[in-house]
Amino acid sequence: MSYLPYALAGWLFMIGLYGIVTSRHLVHLVVCLSVMQSSTYVFFLAVGYREGASAPIFKDYPLGKPAVDPVVQALTLTDIVVSVTVTALLLALVIEIWKRAGTVDPDELRQKQR
Amino acid sequence: MSRRVRIRGFLVSALVLAALLGWGFAGLPDFGHFAGEYAQLLNRVATGERHATNVVTSIVFDYRGVDTMGEEFILFAAVITVGMLLRETRDEGRRAPRDEVRSDAIRLFGVSMVGATVLLGLSIVAHGTITPGGGFQGGVVCASGLALVYAAGSYRAYRAAGPYEFLELGESTGAGGYVAIGLAGLAAGSALLANVLPLGTAGELNSAGTITMLNAGVGLEVSAALVLLFHEFLEEVEHR
Repeated sequence: MSYLPYALAGWLFMIGLYGIVTSRHLVHLVVCLSVMQSSTYVFFLAVGYREGASAPIFKDYPLGKPAVDPVVQALTLTDIVVSVTVTALLLALVIEIWKRAGTVDPDELRQKQR
Repeated sequence: MSRRVRIRGFLVSALVLAALLGWGFAGLPDFGHFAGEYAQLLNRVATGERHATNVVTSIVFDYRGVDTMGEEFILFAAVITVGMLLRETRDEGRRAPRDEVRSDAIRLFGVSMVGATVLLGLSIVAHGTITPGGGFQGGVVCASGLALVYAAGSYRAYRAAGPYEFLELGESTGAGGYVAIGLAGLAAGSALLANVLPLGTAGELNSAGTITMLNAGVGLEVSAALVLLFHEFLEEVEHR
């Protein structure tokens, strides 16, 4: 019995969330969100792994022999693309915040709002 | 809410979340022993049905092709939004930056790697139905080729290398082409994104019918989209 890959996914999620909560810089916050999203890649790939199986590519590998789950790999691909777009959008917003407010510290931003 | 209160609140809720996650993970199948029926079925039949030896690609562009269409439009919309956000407040009258890489070794290595990088990217796109890779992966590699022109050369060389009017056209063509190929399935009397083209021989470049075409369209869109993103952010750099 091994749950280590699942534990790694959970740990990545928690450490990313901790970074977001305690962040003092919005770029750091966006990177922490990426760390959180990476936990889902680890999780997907861990769920799809099968012992003694090959990659789901049957170029030089006979059909019918065990291969890992290709569905979760396709989902991971979608996941990565979404992660990239979210990161790009958030970074663009951070630049706008910097231009308008002159700070990217979430706590300072809240004080400026008052 | 002060910082200290916030962190304490987080630690309490994190413990609850960790407990819930642990509970959930304990109910999952043991690592390495998950037997998803759908996955095993696809592994058995996909290569025979679609003549693509890379099952992941045939899922992305065929069995779950509609998801990928949505995903493509997420990317498309994000790139447009980033452009709109950043261009609105950009000071256009700024003079061009004069940053240049001064080390000859870095320049030589970087510039000589540009062609190889783009070629590798194109190869990964082209072989997406056969071996690991595909439009998304290869598109990213292609885009990093142009980023390399900036990283190893100068801003001016980078501007000269990139036809930015064509990039937007390339991105739209990639996204629109995906929909057009999808509609071709409908026009042929089948479903949206049905694989209606001749399938060819599995393991050859012109096999797998619409998968190969959708794959190429995505490769075009992803490389154009990423270069555009890189471009928009680069334009924001303050040059002194």
